[in-house]
Amino acid sequence: MSRIFVAGIGAVSPAGWSVAGLRCALSHGEPLPIQSLARPGMNQPLCARLVPNPPVRPEFLAHPRLRRSSPVTHYAASAALEAVAGWRAHASANETRLGVVACLQSGCVQYSCRFYDETLKDPATASPLVFPETVYAAPTSHVAALLQNVVLAGSLVGDPSAFLQGVALGAEWLSENRVDACVVIGAEEIHWIIADALRLLDRTAVVSGGAGALCLCRDPMFSTGVELTAITDAHTFTASVPKALAARAMRQQLGEFPPAGLLVDGLGNSARTDAAERAAWSDWEGARLSPKHVFGEGMTAAAAWQCVAACDALADGRFAAANVSLVGANQQAIGARLVRA
Amino acid sequence: MLFPLTQSSAALPRVVITGVGIITALGYGWKPNAAGFRVGRRAFRPVSLFDVSRQRVKTAAEVDLPDSFPPTRLTRRDLGRLDRAAKMLVLAAQEARSQAGWRAPETNSGNVPLVLGTTAGGMLLGEAYYRQAVQQPPRCGGQATRAIYYQPQVQARMVFDALGCRGPITIISNACASGANAVGHAGNLIRTGQAERVIAGGYDALGELVFSGFDSLQALSPTVCRPFDARRDGLSLGEGAAVITLESHASAQRRGAEILGELIGYGTSIDHHHLTQPQPQGSTTRAVMKQACANAGVTPDEVDYINAHGTGTLLNDSSEAIAISEWAGPRAATLPVSSTKASIGHLLGAAGAVEAVVCLMALREQWLPPQTLFETPDPACQFSIVKQPKAARVNVVLSNSFGFGGVNAALVFRRWL
Repeated sequence: MSRIFVAGIGAVSPAGWSVAGLRCALSHGEPLPIQSLARPGMNQPLCARLVPNPPVRPEFLAHPRLRRSSPVTHYAASAALEAVAGWRAHASANETRLGVVACLQSGCVQYSCRFYDETLKDPATASPLVFPETVYAAPTSHVAALLQNVVLAGSLVGDPSAFLQGVALGAEWLSENRVDACVVIGAEEIHWIIADALRLLDRTAVVSGGAGALCLCRDPMFSTGVELTAITDAHTFTASVPKALAARAMRQQLGEFPPAGLLVDGLGNSARTDAAERAAWSDWEGARLSPKHVFGEGMTAAAAWQCVAACDALADGRFAAANVSLVGANQQAIGARLVRA
Repeated sequence: MLFPLTQSSAALPRVVITGVGIITALGYGWKPNAAGFRVGRRAFRPVSLFDVSRQRVKTAAEVDLPDSFPPTRLTRRDLGRLDRAAKMLVLAAQEARSQAGWRAPETNSGNVPLVLGTTAGGMLLGEAYYRQAVQQPPRCGGQATRAIYYQPQVQARMVFDALGCRGPITIISNACASGANAVGHAGNLIRTGQAERVIAGGYDALGELVFSGFDSLQALSPTVCRPFDARRDGLSLGEGAAVITLESHASAQRRGAEILGELIGYGTSIDHHHLTQPQPQGSTTRAVMKQACANAGVTPDEVDYINAHGTGTLLNDSSEAIAISEWAGPRAATLPVSSTKASIGHLLGAAGAVEAVVCLMALREQWLPPQTLFETPDPACQFSIVKQPKAARVNVVLSNSFGFGGVNAALVFRRWL
């Protein structure tokens, strides 16, 4: 098994269209302001932390494939381009075989709702331009077309823990020498229906959107100084294994960890939703970052922000090692360890 | 650990299939499906699941769910929460596990991964959620349950709860290649030593959004689905699920399990041409077939049958026909090819898994599935389409699956003697 390094990171979040924005918001540690999200048929708006408009129109939007794409694709594309920028500066783009793994929970919900709404009104006039953009695979496909030289690609669906499954898949492709670098993306977009559903499941949660991306590689020369050293098994929640047990198993599998290390957890602001993960790390006394506390429930994007934040903290020398804890909403618990290379 | 994987110096394990579950418009279970595919029975009828009066096309291959659910570990409450897609998935999983003969000690180890392909998951619940959410006045009754059970990973957990298994869940959504990718990925988990046993499959139910989507694209056939026919005018949609239990040969041998076939090759790649259209000359398709056969260690001369992606659309079939013809070379002239979508429609995320099961049936029972209404071949077809029910010597089969977004997959299976 090859050693796997992080060649670059990228992010789009309610704090802006870059890792710098994410870093700045996390360093303040305060939850970002909540905006209202109109919900048809209700006077009371829903809550969300929206992704601001980019300061200037991103150049990649001129790509013909992205003409009609939805925000989740724009977020994924921006994060992916930021993540591969360093790699591309080193490597000859023409000789590189790239892989792309995109992880989603809600997927292309804006166009799905729009197309279904058109269908309910009159299927005979529902737009054929919108439908193809509703599929989970659309963002992956567009990002692959945008990056070029992509030889392997895939879309994983699941709760936030799916992001680390995506990282493991990318690492496997690299280890098998099927690609030279692999971009793993977690991306979500906001729609009132997601905020509506989240409100029913957890009244304190605030939905958010955006994307995070890691560019993985084998060659330490291209590394940002961060190495992936472990991803635990996926500890699935079942009737016989409740979430708390799965979270504890993940924690145990990560093993002993220096107290001077960093824990990047998935805690938000919900006592109920966070209980299992909070209990699993109750004895942790070291430094801790909780991106969801700042940005809100960004699902797989939030999972990606956790990994991006960990890599960023290692790359700038603040820590020598970081654990990422992902206790998903309804699927599984997975953890990862990254170290300064 | 998902990373780093444990390195083994031992030879790569052979991957065999010991259980199969299938539900399509031809019926529930191996027998009715094998009987239908063997004679090329077509299972299309007017859509009854939702209103199609304003759609251009009004037929599809709907599944008749069995009146009673076979006994599982799911409670009545759990069963009541499953939508049509999840019911088909659990039914297929139950049949596969029963055929495999896996018992509790083997499946309670905590490492029986479940790899599923789907395009829509619980979209029917999503549709119901949306309809209720936009009603006036808005009502919340049942919405929280819909929001949870809509998610494919929750439907996957229901499979575990039904079967009493545990392990990591992976949901692949590479559009219409999802099912084949799931089976291929499952095979890789065994080959790389990450698991000894894996459950894999694909599922998708007919829904109003997806039906309307294909209809709006004018991709649906207003006549009959005729893949590779010069007069083809589109695809027909279907629904269903297929689940396969894969295990290492050593594991199957240890249990004395009956082996239904061997997964010997898998290839996957991405076509950048267009979100919904394949590269016209089929270069990516050709590459993925070559990759799968190289992985399997077989040449076109050794392939006895191709279960084509063959949707019946103008662009897919011409591109695939060119790819198969060029890949097969001189072998094309005698290579039997058919698309079973002519019988049960396009099952989207389930297609690759269902067609893998059809290939296993052909290997096991030594016949080739025909396309009964096929008349005039597309000029790009240098191969022969199986038009009549036919007994044949079938040792190696290849199954193609291509998805919206460009992910292509090919699987190669071998008869187990």
